[in-house]
Amino acid sequence: MSKKKLLKGNLFSRMSDTNLLLIITVAIFFLMYIGAIIFQGGGFTKPQMLFNILNSNAALIITACGMSIVMISGGIDISVGGVVALVSMSCAVYLDFHNGSIIGSLLIAIAIGLAYGIVQGVLVAYLDIQPFIVSLAGMFFARGMTTIINTKPFNVENNQAFLDLKGTRITVPGMGSYNRKGIYVPAYIEIGVVVALVLVIILFLVLRYTKLGRSFYAVGGNKQSALMLGINVKRTKFFSHLICSTLAGIGGYVYFLHVGSGSASHAMGMEMNAIASSIIGGTMLSGGVGNIIGTLFGVLSLSTIQNIVSSAGLDQAWWTGITIAAMLCIFLLIQSVVMKQRKRALKS
Amino acid sequence: MGKSMIKKITGHQMFIPIMALLLLAVVNLIVDPGFFKVTLGTNNSGDPVLSGSLITILDYGSELAILAIGMTLVTAASGGQDISVGATIAIAGSAMLRVLCGTNTRPETIQAPIIVAFLVACVVGMLCGAFNGALVSIFKIQPMIATLILFTAGRSIAAWINNNELPIVPDPKFKYFGGFIPGIPIPTTVFIVLACIIVIVLVLKFTNLGLYTQAVGINESSSKLNGINPTFIKFLTFVILGLCVAVAALIKVSRISTINYSVIAKDIEMDAILAVALGGNALSGGKFNMWSSILGAYVIQFLTTTLYKFNVQSDALSAYKAVVVILLVIFSAPAVRTYFSNLFAKISTSRKSGKEAAK
Amino acid sequence: MDNNRILEMRGINKSFPGVRALQNVDFSLNKGEIHALMGENGAGKSTLIKVLTGVYSKDSGTISLGDKKNVSIRSPQSAQNLGISTVYQEITLCPNLTVAENIYIGRGKSQITNWKKMNADADKLLKKLDIPARATQQLASCSIAVQQMVAIARAVDMDCKVLILDEPTSSLDEQEVEKLFGLMRDLKALGVGIIFVTHFLDQVYEVCDKIIVLRDGQFVGEYEIKDLPRVKLVATMLGKEMDDLSDIKGEQGTYSGENKDERVFEAKELQSDAGIKPFDFYIKKGEVNGFTGLLGSGRSECVRAIFGADRVLKGKVKMHGKDVKISKPLDAMKNGIAYLPEDRKVDGIIGDLSVRDNIIMALQVLKGFFRPFSKKQAEAFADEYIKKLNIKTASSDTPIKSLSGGNQQKVILARWLLMHPEYLILDEPTRGIDVGTKVDIQKLVLDLASEGMSVTFISSETDEMLRTCSRLIVMRDRKVVGELTGDDLTQNKIMSTIAGGE
Repeated sequence: MSKKKLLKGNLFSRMSDTNLLLIITVAIFFLMYIGAIIFQGGGFTKPQMLFNILNSNAALIITACGMSIVMISGGIDISVGGVVALVSMSCAVYLDFHNGSIIGSLLIAIAIGLAYGIVQGVLVAYLDIQPFIVSLAGMFFARGMTTIINTKPFNVENNQAFLDLKGTRITVPGMGSYNRKGIYVPAYIEIGVVVALVLVIILFLVLRYTKLGRSFYAVGGNKQSALMLGINVKRTKFFSHLICSTLAGIGGYVYFLHVGSGSASHAMGMEMNAIASSIIGGTMLSGGVGNIIGTLFGVLSLSTIQNIVSSAGLDQAWWTGITIAAMLCIFLLIQSVVMKQRKRALKS
Repeated sequence: MGKSMIKKITGHQMFIPIMALLLLAVVNLIVDPGFFKVTLGTNNSGDPVLSGSLITILDYGSELAILAIGMTLVTAASGGQDISVGATIAIAGSAMLRVLCGTNTRPETIQAPIIVAFLVACVVGMLCGAFNGALVSIFKIQPMIATLILFTAGRSIAAWINNNELPIVPDPKFKYFGGFIPGIPIPTTVFIVLACIIVIVLVLKFTNLGLYTQAVGINESSSKLNGINPTFIKFLTFVILGLCVAVAALIKVSRISTINYSVIAKDIEMDAILAVALGGNALSGGKFNMWSSILGAYVIQFLTTTLYKFNVQSDALSAYKAVVVILLVIFSAPAVRTYFSNLFAKISTSRKSGKEAAK
Repeated sequence: MDNNRILEMRGINKSFPGVRALQNVDFSLNKGEIHALMGENGAGKSTLIKVLTGVYSKDSGTISLGDKKNVSIRSPQSAQNLGISTVYQEITLCPNLTVAENIYIGRGKSQITNWKKMNADADKLLKKLDIPARATQQLASCSIAVQQMVAIARAVDMDCKVLILDEPTSSLDEQEVEKLFGLMRDLKALGVGIIFVTHFLDQVYEVCDKIIVLRDGQFVGEYEIKDLPRVKLVATMLGKEMDDLSDIKGEQGTYSGENKDERVFEAKELQSDAGIKPFDFYIKKGEVNGFTGLLGSGRSECVRAIFGADRVLKGKVKMHGKDVKISKPLDAMKNGIAYLPEDRKVDGIIGDLSVRDNIIMALQVLKGFFRPFSKKQAEAFADEYIKKLNIKTASSDTPIKSLSGGNQQKVILARWLLMHPEYLILDEPTRGIDVGTKVDIQKLVLDLASEGMSVTFISSETDEMLRTCSRLIVMRDRKVVGELTGDDLTQNKIMSTIAGGE
């Protein structure tokens, strides 16, 4: 009985930082979505709205997950946006100019991601160079290479296999709705969403149940201690960058599949959106705290607020930037205040 | 004896930026000896101006050098970087134009004296700095993340200030700041940078700003027990950076007499951070060397100008820059340095032991 | 060779730039033995241990473990795999993980974490060792002492052959230390060889079998505990006969100048947000007094409240009978109060700054933001105190972090003495530093007091307090429970006051 009381008594201080932040994120997302349904009505009541958010953000979900892993292990990778653009352009050129195969393009995407991961991972983990600088150079390089491969943006139009794949829609049974004319419109998601959700589940399991996953948390929590606990810190850091860049490669392909074009200005600022989503999802840049499910909800929250803003009629371009920033600001303040409270609660 | 001398030189913080500068100079000298030629000509309005690659570097490196000053302080005190400087340049510049042009985007004359507009820009820049500083120092949010907010919103706010219009400043005097003052052949920006450097040198000499920022950056808790207010010092460095941003905005806007919200000072935050890192200052805060950072800024500009000389497209520029940066950081990485010094030691000892064996 | 030998280190050498940290050191350990590794700071204890645990690589020498001759230990992980476990003074666990994870992470070959089994195992282990923590709890929510116990639990559970305890007791209270000793004896019975590093002499004589002494990076000797009485041990460590230690006894504050009875500082109902009960306190001119009590009894929190280091909630403070307001350290400094903090690394040194900057820091802040000292002036100050306190440093430009612990402490002391305070608070000034420096500091305190400075002295070692203080304030459970002066200043009286009841 006394144990039960103990468990109940200080739930707030008992919970791990990771879980606490996750719960805040998920709760805020649902509150926000319900608020949107109540005040905006219309589109938000239809499941397709949610699916559209997923469809257009599948790539962001994937890259943000990679970002979360790097951030949990105490690093940062701002090259992901550049990698996405580079992958899109490379695949577009390969498919359109050289009439390549789908498999080939997929291999290109993963190869670019892996190459990035290996180089950045070695530099950060084994040469001990600050990840910010390494990935900054990585970003510059990717953006520059994208222009060198092809200066002008263009759509892939000459590759039927790709266009078929791009057009593939997976209908979700029972989630459709009737339009104004009373015709049933089935709800659908794109292939990218399936890829993203599968990856989210895999990564969640990796982080929770594998030695490597727990090592990410340990290294992010305290590098020195992790070393003393017998964890191979360098290898762990290397893997965090390898996974992040590989995910950026896959994310790049999903992005490409969604837009179907190559351009040097693709995925501009995506690294910042990925970082923002991770933070909103409860990952702390100081490392050691974070959750993949949280990141998923971080992306959803971010895009929901964008939708709310545009459906509220504030569709001048600048409002999106300002609202995302405001939201980021609010979340950061919540995190900061909650953590401070918690520290105080633990102290006394 | 000679060995310790070498170690002393290579171990110095200025070693990397100076070596990089020399390397770039030598490469340019080999490829095109004319690179260093400075000629005195006249510009469109018939005034004497100096031209040549060196002048270009000094001129266009100005904004970066000014930002590097503030960025060094922020880095030292907070152990993080401000990634919003490009966006806040847009905000300060936009505010400046709003004051100069009023609501009319094509005014006949300027609506307020330039000095007033500049002061407004300073206030706006410092406010942005104060916002970042408050998030970092009071709410203890990591600097990169705190400044991510203005980074995301900055250019939108800038557009919003002028209702997304692009006002053009009619007064030719406004062009002086980013160009030449008639009769003086040296770019005005050089004087502005000199003024900024003199101010910061005086500040570092006659106040404890340097000591306090380093102390806070190295050990916040200990600084607090020594009577320093770390919260205020961090806040202060961000406000100083805000001031630097306003000066940089003046130069940037003056160069074209108008503004392009999405392009102005784009990626300059990255260059400014690189300048600090290239100068051998730890991005994790603590000890800093201001001269080294400023030199780092010009090295980056030197590199940019050199790449242009090699006919690199402006869009592809970043790829080459990235390679150079990576090479530089690899070369300066402690792990690599110890590896090489161990290698040297091994070679010399094996030679020695070889000699002894020969005896 | 001896069958019982489980660890044999021969001719270990290790140099750092400018320092020969270990010179030809031999060390051996038998099954079921507890060895105390003793030496002054900078004697090479930490280096030896770090070589053994793979943090540093040795320059030359051999290490044999049991039958395995000449093993190479390249990383903490390989040390772990060879059966060498270490518990450090600073907690080397990850605060963001759960207690169970901290016990089991980085061990075993399995790539998959079985949470259920891990938690059950951990709970069993915690119960066995009587550690008040739950397996699923986040480590950061445990007290420091419990975190230390978890670290020991981890080492114990790893089925180690050699267990290294590097000053594990400095953050534990007496009960916890007793519990730890019980644990060590159990392990000894199981045949584990234990290397115990500590600064507490009592503890050495309580649990250890043999003492190994290092001095200046060299092996001095290996002694049976019964062959080496305390005085001799100290003498061996220092390499000289120790008359100084006995000299100091009973030589308490002897200030007899004017204003002898003036209360330099007085506090009424003072309370901070660090969780102490409101307390009254005063100190007279030239007096040396002290706060005593078990670890966690609130003695540090009291002096932190006096200095304004924690947020002061309420209370009245007087200097020389006049009301003053002290809400932050700068206020206290302006009123002539100096505070040498308990945790040198976290609160004291500013690691990358030079010895000079570290010395002038407090006086500089007091002088003001807009009035920096000239380089010459700073140099003069630094040189003066480097000489005065006999600080061993290459130059005043050397970063303080490269000094040994005792010398770092002297630099921090110099920082506050330079301020010429009226009232000096020393919180554990002798923790983790060598015996020689300890004596130096105690002497200095008495000298300062005889010149009219008021000093509050806090130490975990009661005999040290008895030697220096003329009045002791006793604390229990974050509350002042008594005050001892004159003939009451005895070990027994202090103990009974701390314990409570008559």
